[in-house]
Amino acid sequence: MASKTIKVNYLARVEGESALKVVVRDGMVKSAQLSIFEPPRFFEAFLRGRAFTEAPDITARICGICPVAYQMSAVHAMETALGITIDGPLRELRRLLYCGEWIESHTLHIYMLHAPDFLGYAGAIDMARDHGEAVRRGLALKKAGNEIIALLGGREIHPINVCVGGFYRVPRRRELLPLAERLKWARDAALETVRWAASFDFPDRERDYVFVALRHDKEYPFNEGRIVSNRGLDIAASKYDEHFEETHVEHSTALHSCFRGGGSYLVGPLARYSLNFDRLSQVAQEAAREAGLGPICTNPYRSIVVRAIEVLYACDEALRIIDAYEEPERPSIPVEPHAGVGFGATEAPRGLLYQRYRLESDGTIAEARIVPPTSQNQASIEEDLANFIGGFLNLPEADLRHRCEQTVRNYDPCISCATHFLRLEMDRG
Amino acid sequence: MIPVFPALHIFCVLKWIEAEDMASDHPRRIVLGIGNPDRGDDAAGQAVVRILRGVLPLDVEVEEHSGEATSLLSRLDGVLEAFLVDACNSGAPSGTVQRFDVVTTPLPKDAFGLSTHGLGVAEAVELGRTLGQLPPRCIVYAIEGDSYEAGAPLSQPVAAAVADVANRLRSEIAGNGKSGEQAPCMKLR
Repeated sequence: MASKTIKVNYLARVEGESALKVVVRDGMVKSAQLSIFEPPRFFEAFLRGRAFTEAPDITARICGICPVAYQMSAVHAMETALGITIDGPLRELRRLLYCGEWIESHTLHIYMLHAPDFLGYAGAIDMARDHGEAVRRGLALKKAGNEIIALLGGREIHPINVCVGGFYRVPRRRELLPLAERLKWARDAALETVRWAASFDFPDRERDYVFVALRHDKEYPFNEGRIVSNRGLDIAASKYDEHFEETHVEHSTALHSCFRGGGSYLVGPLARYSLNFDRLSQVAQEAAREAGLGPICTNPYRSIVVRAIEVLYACDEALRIIDAYEEPERPSIPVEPHAGVGFGATEAPRGLLYQRYRLESDGTIAEARIVPPTSQNQASIEEDLANFIGGFLNLPEADLRHRCEQTVRNYDPCISCATHFLRLEMDRG
Repeated sequence: MIPVFPALHIFCVLKWIEAEDMASDHPRRIVLGIGNPDRGDDAAGQAVVRILRGVLPLDVEVEEHSGEATSLLSRLDGVLEAFLVDACNSGAPSGTVQRFDVVTTPLPKDAFGLSTHGLGVAEAVELGRTLGQLPPRCIVYAIEGDSYEAGAPLSQPVAAAVADVANRLRSEIAGNGKSGEQAPCMKLR
């Protein structure tokens, strides 16, 4: 039997270091393993023994692309542990901050990381030679998201303005008005992005995913909602551990999440969109229909279109929030520590991000648990590869390797968050 | 409630005020110190700008930056003269200083560490060149690092090079240096 091994020592356009091994026997994909060999960073251990007030700043250091998600799940968990609820303008400002993160993170992935796969370029720099106008639009759109984070978070990366109970400082209404003008441009640019992404050629691949995402009574989910699935799951965040578990697999330093009793699931844009299409704003729903998407999307390669729709929604929602903004009387509500257990589940750009904390009576963190979206999607990434790559085995090696990489990038995986390089090894027996 | 890192929060509020003041008067010249302050010699670029803050002409903005490519390129928008300082890993002895005129010469990509999603300084420069967005004058000083351990201080050779680069930048920005007329890539040590 012919034996062949394909190795890619570094997969660009993915955050983090990992390797991919695909085993092929008799023309069939037998297994696909995403091996994360990046050493664990022990953030959960760092948090133990620290004050509950430190969690937003410490967790914001986990990721440079989605720090808001880590902050938000952390503060919501602390607030549930301490029995306080954030509402009114403070709640809206947190939602606005999340809009900023979705805009910058999704736009980075759409334009700089994923679009080159569809247009046949090695990367964004090569793509920019022929698609300069599009890349300029992407950069400006991303900047609009970063400006929201800088204004509300104090700085673009690893923001420091979120605290348990609210914010350290809240913006004056006049500070938000220039942002609104930029966001009006950004909303148009996001609509152009949807149309641009929808024009790409997509492999005809579908999967019957178990989608898991937050769902809220009225809103497309950022900060709040029940954890639901398209298989009938409907639970509060406090019940997460009863339904999901993390297991160690030999080939990865990151834990794999699955349902208790087994079975993978998908978090992220496809899941969020398919479980919450009716919660999108009218302009986002119309753009989705124009892009050829129904209310459910099961083709992971079209995730780039779904991300663009979520960028459009985030711009639209940010404008709504700014228009309605009334300055709160104070930037935060008082918080008194006591013993308790708190749970936070919010929607990072890459999907559901769960955190659980147990606090001592003086507010010291006794236990911390952080389950990032990429950990939850690892099994699904491997199953996508096992399911889809079989149909590409007749491609030339370079094209096959590219399809593997593209399939992983469908998820915009943040390997560093989960525990960096993706090395591909193709074992054909 | 007592903020966790009060000094940091006060600093950032001050930065807000500074940013508002600067918004109406976009800087024509900028010095960006790139890197991670908590990863050993990767802090070299940021250490240089900390020396230069407050000692350069008022029209020169001095800023620390993570090095993320799209944000970095955005920061160069509308700038006439940019000086970027970063640690590099070219295989030269630690503390070696290299100066690149990137308007005429690409950076050696392999010498510069990867940033988030593999998009760092070298990618920002090349994307800027492709899009016609590089400042008319754009100089990169690269300091060869030795150790990038989390929480480690600057190594002795790199600390010495930091002081050296700060002096050279003061001279070059003041118009006293001849660096701009040197070859695009010159080993200074």
